[in-house]
Amino acid sequence: MDINSNVDQLIKQYKTLPGGLLPLLHAVKDAVGYVPDSAVAPIAKGFNLSRAEVHGVISFYHDFNTRPVGRHTVQICRAEACQSMGSRDIEAHAKQSLGIDYGETTADGLVTLEPVYCLGNCACSPSVRVNDDIHARVDRSRFDELMEELSHASPDASGVGS
Amino acid sequence: MSLQIFVPQDTTALALGAEQVASALIQGARKLGLDIEITRNGSRGMFWLEPLMEVETETGRIGFGPVNTANVESILSVLNSDSVETKAMEHPLYLGEVSDIEYLSKQQRLTFKRSGIADPTCIESYQHQEGFSGLAKALTMTGQDIVDELKNSGLRGRGGAAFPAGIKWQTVLDTPGEQKYIVCNADEGDSGTFADRLLMESDPYQLIEGMTIAGLAVGANQGYIYLRSEYPVAHKILNLTIERATKAGFLGANVCDSGKDFFLEVRLGAGAYICGEETSLLESLEGKRGMVRAKPPLPAIEGLFGKPTVVNNVLTLGAVASILEQGSNTYKNFGMGRSRGTLAVQLAGNVKRGGLIELAFGVTLREVVDNFGQGTFSGRPIRAIQMGGPLGAFLPESQWDTPLDYEAFAAIRAMIGHGGIVVFDDTVDMAAQARFAMEFCVIESCGKCTPCRIGSTRGVEVIDRIVANEDRDNNLILLHDLCDTMELGSLCAMGGMTPFPVRSALTYFEEDFGISSRRDH
Repeated sequence: MDINSNVDQLIKQYKTLPGGLLPLLHAVKDAVGYVPDSAVAPIAKGFNLSRAEVHGVISFYHDFNTRPVGRHTVQICRAEACQSMGSRDIEAHAKQSLGIDYGETTADGLVTLEPVYCLGNCACSPSVRVNDDIHARVDRSRFDELMEELSHASPDASGVGS
Repeated sequence: MSLQIFVPQDTTALALGAEQVASALIQGARKLGLDIEITRNGSRGMFWLEPLMEVETETGRIGFGPVNTANVESILSVLNSDSVETKAMEHPLYLGEVSDIEYLSKQQRLTFKRSGIADPTCIESYQHQEGFSGLAKALTMTGQDIVDELKNSGLRGRGGAAFPAGIKWQTVLDTPGEQKYIVCNADEGDSGTFADRLLMESDPYQLIEGMTIAGLAVGANQGYIYLRSEYPVAHKILNLTIERATKAGFLGANVCDSGKDFFLEVRLGAGAYICGEETSLLESLEGKRGMVRAKPPLPAIEGLFGKPTVVNNVLTLGAVASILEQGSNTYKNFGMGRSRGTLAVQLAGNVKRGGLIELAFGVTLREVVDNFGQGTFSGRPIRAIQMGGPLGAFLPESQWDTPLDYEAFAAIRAMIGHGGIVVFDDTVDMAAQARFAMEFCVIESCGKCTPCRIGSTRGVEVIDRIVANEDRDNNLILLHDLCDTMELGSLCAMGGMTPFPVRSALTYFEEDFGISSRRDH
């Protein structure tokens, strides 16, 4: 099924749900991997909103990427508890070893790197989330191990879209 | 009978390898021909011991921790011996009977009394541990009686604002309306906090029960749990337990044959910290940008979709279930001053023994950090403690004897907030932390009011100039002036309290800004 008919079907499913726009956007993100620009107009029509309003909602939330992301999403916690345990060093190491900044995807399309503000794992910081798995007490070598595991993971085990 | 083994399934245990430990146990036991049954329980909240594996013996539940896959073989050989209790004591990871571990036995667990004991998704286990007995009582009471019980307990909102829960409920009860809502704020975004997550992952039926009681009390038939998307494990567990509670008749149409309905749904946030502010949360639930609303009108009068709405934190609603079960007088007997009951302290950051510590209000910060935390993880001296999340003040050692009490903390321009304690050792750069407080406000401000939206950006710039010693004295005056504007002029606590960590860092750790001692950065 192509992206647009997929989105149309989801709109039908969610438009009668009270406050259904966020659940819809999550569903689009789960199905497509991101919220494509081409989805804005049909969503606006389905929810009886202006395109500006829909764009406003998408752009407000960190979760809704509007561009394709890598097969795996890696989030590094930047919040205070993780800072107290050396997360600034993990951030620098991640950016350098992957060769990308936050919000970017590696050239091979494997990893998108994002900041996150607290994963609720603050007693065993620093924390890193790889897709839906959270990892505790991550240091440089543990981060490298996690990235190594990703490069061997099957292509089906993609993150956001799975 | 097979040997009963418990391996937690909460986020922290999983993040430390609990899944791998559970599989290694199954494989290893099969090799040995040992008959075991693994229950995936919740966590006890002693996170420094996770993965904490427990074994049911004739004398009680004994623990081993922290376990990794390399220890599984030696633990299984202990369990495979004829005298498990004796052999266990010789194992280096042996912890004795888990309920006797001081970290746990010194707590006053009310809200977290069931945490870590059973499979949190098993509704029968919940009922065996007095679960749903608060609801059973509530079903025999009028809405006003339930609200009165809550008022008498002295329970204040545990999300951070500490507003008396009974008064909020009374307002919703007294506001006429066909449709009312119960909204659970599960957008636990403060760094250093994980109590909501632990409750949802380790005792989710308690939250479901508390929300149902709230619905009965104020006459609401629909509830929403607004859960942050950073909590995927809690999301799965909540969806599963809501489904099970509905099937068992504790939720949905005709709750427990009472003729009353209460429907419950989880809604996911999308990574915006500000949506933990209740009016922003309501906007987000309505499918809009999470922009803060001006108050009045209060959400209790015009809340979700303009209807009367109770918005309470996970811990507040969890406490409701135990207050109804045990009676408000029992709850009220814990605590000090106007802070009644227990506080779920979350000890985090650079600390040796981090975890969930439920205590009656009144214990000092130093007692918590020394007795439970036992120093920093790094082994270096503690320099600063941030209490109450990213909007809470940094406390120097001279303030660590403050008792955990809402009013006592307010008196030193600090806050208890949601109960999170983040410990920093002496390598911390407090100017960098002050800068981060402003930067966080830049990233997470909803943008509605100018002091927060623009003030935070200017704050980062001014702190950079102070640290770089560019016209430092004048920039310090400017920073204090900016903090005044943000505190007095912001619409909500985001802009209004960002100056707390900034000013406390400046006041108590001025040398990090290059003031007086001219330390290098």
